[in-house]
Formats: sequence, C-alpha cells, structure tokens
Amino acid sequence: MTQIDETRRELALDCFLLAGKLLMENGAETYRVEDTMIRMAISQSMTDSHCFVTPAGIMFSPSDKLATRFVRISSRRTDLERVALVNSVSRKLVAGELELLEAYEELKTIDRTNYMFNIWLQILAAATASGCFLILLGGSWSDLPFAFAFGGTGFIIVETILEKTRVKFFAEFVGALAIGVLALLAVYSGYGNNLDTIIIGSIMPLVPGLLITNAVRDLMAGHFVSGLSKGAEAFLTAFAIGAGIALVLSF
Amino acid sequence: MNWPLEAFLSFIASMAFGVIFNTPRRTLLSCGLVGMTGWLIYRVFVLFLEDPVQATFAGAFSVALVAHLLAKRFKMPMIIFSVAGIIPLVPGSKAYNAMRNIVENNYLEAITFASEALMISGAVAMGLVFAEVLMQMVFKQMAKRIQKKIGMTQN
Repeated sequence: MTQIDETRRELALDCFLLAGKLLMENGAETYRVEDTMIRMAISQSMTDSHCFVTPAGIMFSPSDKLATRFVRISSRRTDLERVALVNSVSRKLVAGELELLEAYEELKTIDRTNYMFNIWLQILAAATASGCFLILLGGSWSDLPFAFAFGGTGFIIVETILEKTRVKFFAEFVGALAIGVLALLAVYSGYGNNLDTIIIGSIMPLVPGLLITNAVRDLMAGHFVSGLSKGAEAFLTAFAIGAGIALVLSF
Repeated sequence: MNWPLEAFLSFIASMAFGVIFNTPRRTLLSCGLVGMTGWLIYRVFVLFLEDPVQATFAGAFSVALVAHLLAKRFKMPMIIFSVAGIIPLVPGSKAYNAMRNIVENNYLEAITFASEALMISGAVAMGLVFAEVLMQMVFKQMAKRIQKKIGMTQN
C-alpha cells in the first residue's frame, strides 16, 4: 500500500514540476506558475505544499516530511500557446476531468510538440508590424518598403544568431546594428526620407514587451527575485538594441 | 489624423505581434482588438490632454481591462491578450531620441527624452497594476454576491 502511494506521489511531483517548468520556459508570470503548481498539488491532496519559483529554477516541497524537489530552467522564450495549453491541462486536473497519469502524458506531449508558427510567417509578421509602426509613429508612406524590409531582416538576423550562439544580448545587438546600417544606406542613397522613423519602426519587433509586462506584474505580486531578474533582462535587451543603433548613429 | 487608418494599422500590428509571440490561433483576432483599443484610447487622450504620460496610463489601463475580460471569456491566462496590446504604448521613439542625442553629445536634450521615456514606461506599469487591482476587487465582489445568493437559496 505504501509502495503504491510512493510511486503515485513521485508521479504527482513529476507532473507538477513539468507543468511549472513548461510555464516558466515559455513566458508565464511567476505568480501564475506558483498558483498553478499549488492548485494542482491541492487537487492531489497535498495541502501544505510550498514552492519557490525563479526564472532560473523551481523548488517544490510537497510537505514538511517529504523530500523537496528542484528543477532547473536553462532556456526561456516566448510561446504563449504552450502557456495556454498547460493552463488548460491544470484546470482540467483540478476540476477532476483528467486523471493524474493522463495529465502527465498530456504535459509530456505538450513538451515534445512544436507549436510555433512557421518561421517565414513570423518573419512576415515582424515585417508587417514594422511597417504598421512606421505609419503609426508619423513616418511617410514612401518609407514603408524600407521599414518592412529592414524589420523582417532584423528579425531574421536575431533569430539566426540566437539559434547558433544562444547569447541573446549579442543577437539583439547585431540585429539592431544591421537595421541601423541598412537604414543609413537607404537614406544616404537618396531613396529613404527620414532615418529616425525608419529605424524606430524597424526595431519595434525586437522590443522586450513580454519581459516588461511580466517584470511589472511579478514585482507587484511580491516576487521580487523574479521581478528584478526579468527587469534586468528587459533592460539588457533594451540596452543591446540602443547600443547597436548608437554605434551606427555615431558615424 | 486618420482614425480608421490608425485603427486598422494598430489592429494589424498587434496581430502581427501575436504571431511573433505565438499566441493560440483562435485568440489572434482578440489580440488585435486589444491592441487597437489601447492605441485608440492613447491617441484620444493625447489629442485632448496633450500629455503622453497620462495618455499612456489610460491606454495601458484599458488594455489590461479588456485583456482581463477576454481572459475570463476564453478561460486563458490574461498575459496572452495583454502582451501584444502593450507593445504600441512602449516609448520606443523617446528612447531612440534619447540615444541619438547622447551620441550627438546633446546631453541636456537626451536627459529630457530619457526622463520622458522613463515616465511613460512607469505609466504603462501603473496602468497595468491599477486595472489588475480593480478587476480583482470586482471579481471578488461578484464571487461574494454569488456565494450570498447560494447561501440564501439554501436557507
């Protein structure tokens, strides 16, 4: 009897930690990760569990007698589809629509499947967003093709370097640098009108929007460790973009 | 200014950001709507108050409010809807101008732009937080009322 309980408890812990890891890796707020894990634990009658979530790792203690488990989070990106899917699995588990084993299997499937949009569609989206922002921020229509092309190019460069080197700061710096050089060439060759609006429109897809929102929400919810580290990441990203553009403008 | 054009462009831009952040397919249109709401309210306030900080606060507040309502409706995390909507309000051009002036050694102008950018990002944060607190109070009140109703029918 105790043997069965033991395996079931291990399964439950694996399930909670996988859910927490998936949420944190794909851009959920810290308080949501904690809330989800605690709710799932309560649904499996572990009522006095505690968890501590940071962007780098999750600690989960099922009770004061059992051993605490830890899971490391090494890579983070933005994939809100996965966040929504994990959220719905945890809702179903809490509502009793899913058994623990089914929930674990479903989480594993979510972990394996690639939900991202086609990369070309993402590039097209980045280019479109750049074009829209150029007009919204008061640019002229004749600059539209430049912002469209450079926004897409910047996004491709950042994604490629990110895949090759895994250094986010460097990727964003090079992306911003490329956008700056291209915009400068376009204006100097006489085809582009306004350097400022072209650059601002084109760098919009690189802006760390998710990090800023998450950092604020985490800080307000009292998760200072995660809030500050996400804020630092957002600041570094912004600094990388700014440095890339500044390097171009200083010539 | 051209209202329908701005509405259309902000809608498309927010949807494009939804694609970049890989939001679930069936929420893409709602993401666009959230972004459009935020941007239009921001523009209206800029037009009447001529203060970008207050306007950004109003825009972020409405983005978070609409995002909360949609989150309840779709039963999905609120962040899915708010992230794409916040992007148009981020003070990209102010930060850029600050950077440009620093490079050109106009430090006084740079400080003006940088502090404006800081104030605007603060306004974005405050807008998000205020909407969140408001919605929490409203939902708590609603839950209480429902509980009361159930309790009364039981008695």
